Amino acid sequence: MIAEAGLAILWLAASLALLQCALAITGIRFNRDDIMAAVRPVAVVQGVLTLFAMAALIALFARSDMSVLLVAENSHSMKPLLYKIAGAWGNHEGSMLLWVTILGISGAAIAIFEWRLDRRTVIATLGAQGLIALGFFAFLLLSSNPFARIWPPPADGRGLNPLLQDPGLAFHPPTLYFGYVGLSVAFSFAVGALVTREVGPAFARAMRPWILGAWLFLTLGITAGSYWAYYELGWGGWWFWDPVENASLMPWLAATALLHSVNVLATRDGLRAWTIMLAVVAFSMSMIGTFLVRSGILTSVHSFAVDPARGSFLLVLLAIYIGGALALFAARIGTVRQGNTFDPVSREAGLVLNNLLLSVILGIVLIGTLYPLVAQAMGVQLSVGKPFFDKTVGPVALLLMIALAAGPMLRWRRDDARLLMRRMALPAGAALATLTALLFLTAGAGALPLTGLALAAGLALASVAPLWGRNLRRMPLFTWGMVIAHLGVAVAVTGMASEAAFTRERLVALRLGQSVDVGPYRVAFTGVKPQVGKNWSAIGGVLTARRGGGTAVLNPQRRYFSDPVTTTNESAILTAFDGQLYTVLGERNADGRWQLRLWWKPLVTLIWLGGGMIALGGLLSLIGRVTREWRTERRRRRVAAGMI
Amino acid sequence: MRHWLLWAPLLVFAGIVALVAMEMHQPSDRTVFSHMVGRDLPRFDLAPLLDDKPGINAALYRRGKPRLVNIFASWCVPCAAEAPQLADLAARGVPIDAVAVRDTPGDVRTFLNRWGDPYARLGSDPKGRVQLALGSSGVPETFVIDGQGKIVEQHVGPIREEDIPGILKALEDAR
Amino acid sequence: MRGMLIALSLLAALGAPIPLTAQTADADRYAYSELPDPAQEAKAHDLMEELRCLVCQGQSIVDSDADMAADMRALVRERIANGEAPEAVRDWLIERYGDYVTYDPPLGWATAPLWFAPFLLLGAGVWLATRSFRRRRR
Repeated sequence: MIAEAGLAILWLAASLALLQCALAITGIRFNRDDIMAAVRPVAVVQGVLTLFAMAALIALFARSDMSVLLVAENSHSMKPLLYKIAGAWGNHEGSMLLWVTILGISGAAIAIFEWRLDRRTVIATLGAQGLIALGFFAFLLLSSNPFARIWPPPADGRGLNPLLQDPGLAFHPPTLYFGYVGLSVAFSFAVGALVTREVGPAFARAMRPWILGAWLFLTLGITAGSYWAYYELGWGGWWFWDPVENASLMPWLAATALLHSVNVLATRDGLRAWTIMLAVVAFSMSMIGTFLVRSGILTSVHSFAVDPARGSFLLVLLAIYIGGALALFAARIGTVRQGNTFDPVSREAGLVLNNLLLSVILGIVLIGTLYPLVAQAMGVQLSVGKPFFDKTVGPVALLLMIALAAGPMLRWRRDDARLLMRRMALPAGAALATLTALLFLTAGAGALPLTGLALAAGLALASVAPLWGRNLRRMPLFTWGMVIAHLGVAVAVTGMASEAAFTRERLVALRLGQSVDVGPYRVAFTGVKPQVGKNWSAIGGVLTARRGGGTAVLNPQRRYFSDPVTTTNESAILTAFDGQLYTVLGERNADGRWQLRLWWKPLVTLIWLGGGMIALGGLLSLIGRVTREWRTERRRRRVAAGMI
Repeated sequence: MRHWLLWAPLLVFAGIVALVAMEMHQPSDRTVFSHMVGRDLPRFDLAPLLDDKPGINAALYRRGKPRLVNIFASWCVPCAAEAPQLADLAARGVPIDAVAVRDTPGDVRTFLNRWGDPYARLGSDPKGRVQLALGSSGVPETFVIDGQGKIVEQHVGPIREEDIPGILKALEDAR
Repeated sequence: MRGMLIALSLLAALGAPIPLTAQTADADRYAYSELPDPAQEAKAHDLMEELRCLVCQGQSIVDSDADMAADMRALVRERIANGEAPEAVRDWLIERYGDYVTYDPPLGWATAPLWFAPFLLLGAGVWLATRSFRRRRR
């Protein structure tokens, strides 16, 4: 029953999305207030219905209703409840349903809360939202029905993939979806503003919280995904420049640029075209990323359900939405009134530089990711990977760090280059001092990581500069957000550069009792012991890591799963204040020695700490902006009501 | 901003869509072919793995008669699948030499007893060195070598029935 | 990758038993352990990081569990231990497998657009920025 109800609700929601879209178009086209007034309630009901449909699917998974095909294929009656529930979105159909659910709720939220923005723009935005939702409803209902039944129902279900039983993976996809949907809302706003030509501060303020929220979730998603790959894959790497990773990085880069752009538009009424363009690009990147991941036209180390038929559906949707928006942009942006202007040396110009560099990185990542396809079309097989991206993205990222350090020190509208130099003297000095010290103290490290470390030191100083000489208690929350996020970049870059420059790796075969030095640790191989889990058995190595007076025991395992038959490496990681000892157990050699792979990764944890700080900065900004808007709105209403 | 420039993003996007649509419509061949085809066989010398079969070396392929080099392993399932086709080729008088990758005498013996033995010679490649030297990226793969020691053709994957005429033709052309 | 490994191990399990431990002894000496000279090992490591495993789904041979990647690692380490330059080993592999084998595509007619793209993008960005500033200053 639940499945049929869910499907019915889904059809109803889809028809409401169609209605929402049609009402918005006719309302705006014929300038009919009564028709436009109907759009908001429709959006709210549509959002509530999608929520019900999603709840129905979660209920089916929680009860392990094996008569539903999706449950039978992706769940197992033996799974822990948390993973049963997470299983609801751990597959193609469920994740698409989650997507439209978040989209529907966002539409409802705009309909309920967005009253300051020009009315026609809101309605146009909701119309665009309805159109996007409609495409995904069609996708769900026509080619990936999550509620399809199976007869006869199997006893247990097939989905017990051990790799997917991980809390990180249970929450990783929803995080990214929140991000992508947030970007789709920004996209809808941009389309709405292009339709009504009302590209101004009010529009920017309306879309800003969505961008902040989306960016926050994308940051969290990438940070968590990176750490997950780091400990789960057991290769000691945290970023592989793999197509799937690039697909998640590209929308983040666009969203970062968009975030800075929309601030200029909201406060200074500048960068109008930039903001619109970036909103379109950010959403395109999330769609292209999803498409590349799902269609399987690029090979990736991260296993993903790949389905070419659905890929083409996604491609058609993508072509319609993005192509339409870009055409609208080209046709309309020339008629949008020019925003405020500014000098080549000013905060705005700094932000333009920031946007440019982020866009260049985005372009490089996009070209590098797609180039194997281009080459194939020319009849050449080639691979583009880490060395290419390190060589090309690396230097641009370093330039970006300089821009990032200088940006917040610049005044709006107009500034003096000499004054900027003076303000930059201290950070620049810190960077130079760090570089000199590193060159003396370390040998053999690459130029890129060393420059990265030096610039990170300068950036760390520069990013706290806005706190200098200000009353910290009265400083707005979003300024704190900016400071913490920028500092987070310095922290993360320190981690990345330190990991790249100073990692020590040992690859040895040891007998019981033997030991090996790696970084500051002496690791002794003290034993092997069999271990048994719920659906796996394992051989665990017992490693005793000694450093100074302290010892710690690590237990890396080789796990053998029975259903399906899989062997996985469970790395064991020891976190110290200054880095991590990362250990992996390999095969047993014929002579009785065990293969061990050990790494000392100094300061590696800073990568994810920095990522967390960046996200925290985003959260503080979001809270700061929303509360301030809310307060001014309340004041405005009081004034309007004649209370003051 | 000049008018045409505004259409540039749309153009770039259309290019991307066209590219991926083409790839979706007609997925390109992902097989990694050897770049050694058309060039001389690298020098190598593989010791025998079985008592009753001689090993192989590069000099063997300069004796004027084309031969096949079959890269295989007893642990490879598709290798068993191509056994009948190899037997067919052997029955037609084609000399086939085996490069056994990362294998042991016992396993190879079992494999040949079970699936048939089409091989004139069999060399052991315990570290995959000859496989790498030939530019082979997996098992099974079959190389056609002309009588002058030149690699004239590579067949990636198991030989199916419909592949036999092509291989016979390559052997004929190499003569 | 994992999926592929599962498939491979399943396939292997169907056929003859796999002699896993029989010859890992000295044959793969350098496949799973480092060179005694740290400087040489560092060179080998840098090279292995950029070489693509030929039977995997987009992995460098340094990370791959595949047997063929192990063979390639052993080859790289042995050759570098014998005093060969990493570039020579790389060229030897490219000669056999084409540019596909390296994640650092060598500059050629087919890769020129790829390598020049960053410069083009930077140039276009600078051009766009200066244009808009000039117009605004007027």
